[in-house]
Amino acid sequence: MSEQVLKTDIAVVGAGPAGLAAACAAAESGLRVIVIDENPWPGGQVWKRDKRGARGAGRGAGPVAQARRWLRRFNASGAMLLERATVIAAPAAGVLLAERAQQPLRIHWQRLILATGARELFLPFPGWTLPGVMGPGGLLSLAKQGWPVKDRRVAVAGSGPLLLAAAYGLKRLGARVVLVAEQAPFSALAHFAFTLGPSKLGQAIRFRSGLLGVPHRYGTWPIRAEGEEQVCRVALTDGQRTWIEECDLLACGFGLTPSVELPLLVGCELKNRCVQVDDCQATSHPDVYCAGEPTGIGGADCALVEGQIAGYAASGQSAKAEALFGRRSTWHRFRERLATAFALRPELKSLATPETIFCRCEDVTLGTVRRFSSWREAKLHSRCGMGPCQGRICGAAAHTIFGWAVDSVRPPVLPARVASLIAEAAASAEPQATR
Amino acid sequence: MTPSTSYSSQLWRRLAPELPADVEFDSCGTLWVAVDEEEMAEVRRKHRVYSSHGLHAEVLSPDGVRRLEPNLRPDLAGGLLVSDDAVLYPPCAAGFLIEQAKRHGVQVRTSTAVARLLPDGGVMLVDGSRLPADRTLNATGAWSPDLTPGLPVRKRKGHLVITERYPAFVRHQIVELGYLKSAHSVFKDSVAFNVQPRRTGQVLIGSSRQFDAEHSAVDQHIVDRMLRRALEYMPGLAGLSATRVWTGHRAATPDKLPLIGPSIEHDRIWLATGHEGLGITTSLGTARLLASLLLNRPTEIPPGPYAPARFAGRPATPSTVDHVDRTHSQEPA
Amino acid sequence: MRPVTILINGRPHQVPRGTVLAAAIAEALGPALRRSVSGQPRGPLCGMGVCMDCCVTVNGQPHVRSCLTLCEDAMEVRTNE
Repeated sequence: MSEQVLKTDIAVVGAGPAGLAAACAAAESGLRVIVIDENPWPGGQVWKRDKRGARGAGRGAGPVAQARRWLRRFNASGAMLLERATVIAAPAAGVLLAERAQQPLRIHWQRLILATGARELFLPFPGWTLPGVMGPGGLLSLAKQGWPVKDRRVAVAGSGPLLLAAAYGLKRLGARVVLVAEQAPFSALAHFAFTLGPSKLGQAIRFRSGLLGVPHRYGTWPIRAEGEEQVCRVALTDGQRTWIEECDLLACGFGLTPSVELPLLVGCELKNRCVQVDDCQATSHPDVYCAGEPTGIGGADCALVEGQIAGYAASGQSAKAEALFGRRSTWHRFRERLATAFALRPELKSLATPETIFCRCEDVTLGTVRRFSSWREAKLHSRCGMGPCQGRICGAAAHTIFGWAVDSVRPPVLPARVASLIAEAAASAEPQATR
Repeated sequence: MTPSTSYSSQLWRRLAPELPADVEFDSCGTLWVAVDEEEMAEVRRKHRVYSSHGLHAEVLSPDGVRRLEPNLRPDLAGGLLVSDDAVLYPPCAAGFLIEQAKRHGVQVRTSTAVARLLPDGGVMLVDGSRLPADRTLNATGAWSPDLTPGLPVRKRKGHLVITERYPAFVRHQIVELGYLKSAHSVFKDSVAFNVQPRRTGQVLIGSSRQFDAEHSAVDQHIVDRMLRRALEYMPGLAGLSATRVWTGHRAATPDKLPLIGPSIEHDRIWLATGHEGLGITTSLGTARLLASLLLNRPTEIPPGPYAPARFAGRPATPSTVDHVDRTHSQEPA
Repeated sequence: MRPVTILINGRPHQVPRGTVLAAAIAEALGPALRRSVSGQPRGPLCGMGVCMDCCVTVNGQPHVRSCLTLCEDAMEVRTNE
């Protein structure tokens, strides 16, 4: 069993907007930077592109162009990308343990920048485990990588700007979007739209006009998905009337929740499931920075600014970091308005019945889980959260619905081969410097 | 094999039919494996001890071992199968026992921390209130010295790894003979190969022992040693997907035997602690022994070896009693 | 770009290079690709490697996230394990 050991000045976990921006900021000053990401290609979730042969190139100043600019800059920065690498543990100060191509990999770092992004928030409701019920971002991502959506009827429901982006993206890939149902009331959305800057407003208008003819409902949420081996219809309500939409796919997610498992494992302090950072994006743990969604859901533009600040700060370029504080404040105001506009209504906490599956990995029902009074109790006594997703899906739901603190993390931070859990295969291995 | 271990095993076997499915009681048996002739001699000695206690045990050749567990490395010297041994899932077993207790009128108060034990009986809670009682039982395991200062119980840290589901990868609990040296070693950190199948098909991998490691964080150097050892015995473990590594603290006494009975200082404060790796296994026997002693009835096994009074003013002496993690500690979540 | 041929439950399936395995399976079989621990049909949920509901056996290795795996020539995939 071979073991690779790498040494770097700065390790960045996550190759989404925040991670790429941080890597550019640090590497362009000449420091050694390694970026570690699970996916085959950089860009994280929000910049996932269709890589299957020739598709029409995006034009202008939209998000695709923005992604391309940053990826070009990253490729020229001198930073090293370790794609398809999963960070498993932080076995000692200044060391990350990762798994790549089924082999263990140790990375020795001086400064660490965590840009682990976010994931969609899933809340249980009857039928949510049927095949064909997916997150809007998840379905769009898979569709960009070949999932068949052409001429399929797709109902998009839940909450957040991602609904519109997903509906638009899916329609462009040939899907028949039958409905976009946002749980937030129209008034909240209108108020939010009113405060948008030109780029975000332009994006929203482009999405909306691309979806002409698709019914949009506000203050509307799903209450039940139905089907045998896969979803074929969804029941929705606006609090007054309830109706059924026939569909082949249901894209349903209730906004985003930060991916804070690695920050927790490393020992960063959190508040309300967000990593606490100072002006320079430094966490409570010395030499560890955090940028992007784990510090608060703010979208790609917010992540880019925070990533740059973290990269500059971590590489000792404080003037360049400070120059971006103003821009970051703007995006933080956007971030707050986002949270307010798309706040989840209380009805969403009671969609599931006692028979509804709560923990998907272990098929534990809501009826079983709600007998307990804490996340720890539920895990110990019912296997809820003890499956391969390590409580990510049901834990986020438990936090939203029961208010439980879901903050105990143990290695491995993602499932890994037993052999990869061994940090030192032999007595000692000399780290090789990168570049 | 102590009287309390075999006594408790019988009690578990009798209770098994009543246990609900979530307790995952599984008479998978234990397979002790030997790597050389010295360990095979130990196998034969154990066989005699088990047989003398009336328990089924069978000495196996290397072929016999391979037939039972094809994923073990092929060049072992042989083994011992103790087919009546079982494993279970302790949090749900504890839950079941608590429900039984409630049915007998016991009041169970959770999220209620005790500040101290009162010498004339009862406890004082952290909120300052008192609960009077004729007798108080300190059964707080590795933390029992917090409530009974001076108790000869030390925390002995252990690590465990659990995998995703691989049904039939491991069929029995498997323990290396070297486990005994590990459990007995008093000063050094040690690891010993130990795997256990869960009903789910997950594989539980252990084991490790450390003194003076009070914190519950995972110690990477111990995990490294433990897993390297495990891979020596079962190379196929390398490719299994692991989902969690965690730690627990056993309650260890100087002579490897638990403390069961009235404490030395106060006859109203009783003890049930110090079971090291045999807590689950001997829980039922400990309970019956205690009940008999508390009610002044004849005990079913001699209480002497477990009497806390044995530590009154005497230096601890080591013993050669077998200890085995037959039923594994819980998965602290 | 040359397409890729994988085997899904023994049957060949051709996809453009760059197709993710979960998508190839959906094209061949539909959205259901495994059974939950109590036997219910399941398919991908999150599309990004978090939910573990997209896991299949690839080249003999179980518990592989198909949403993070790119199709490669002669890849052998077993679903519903």
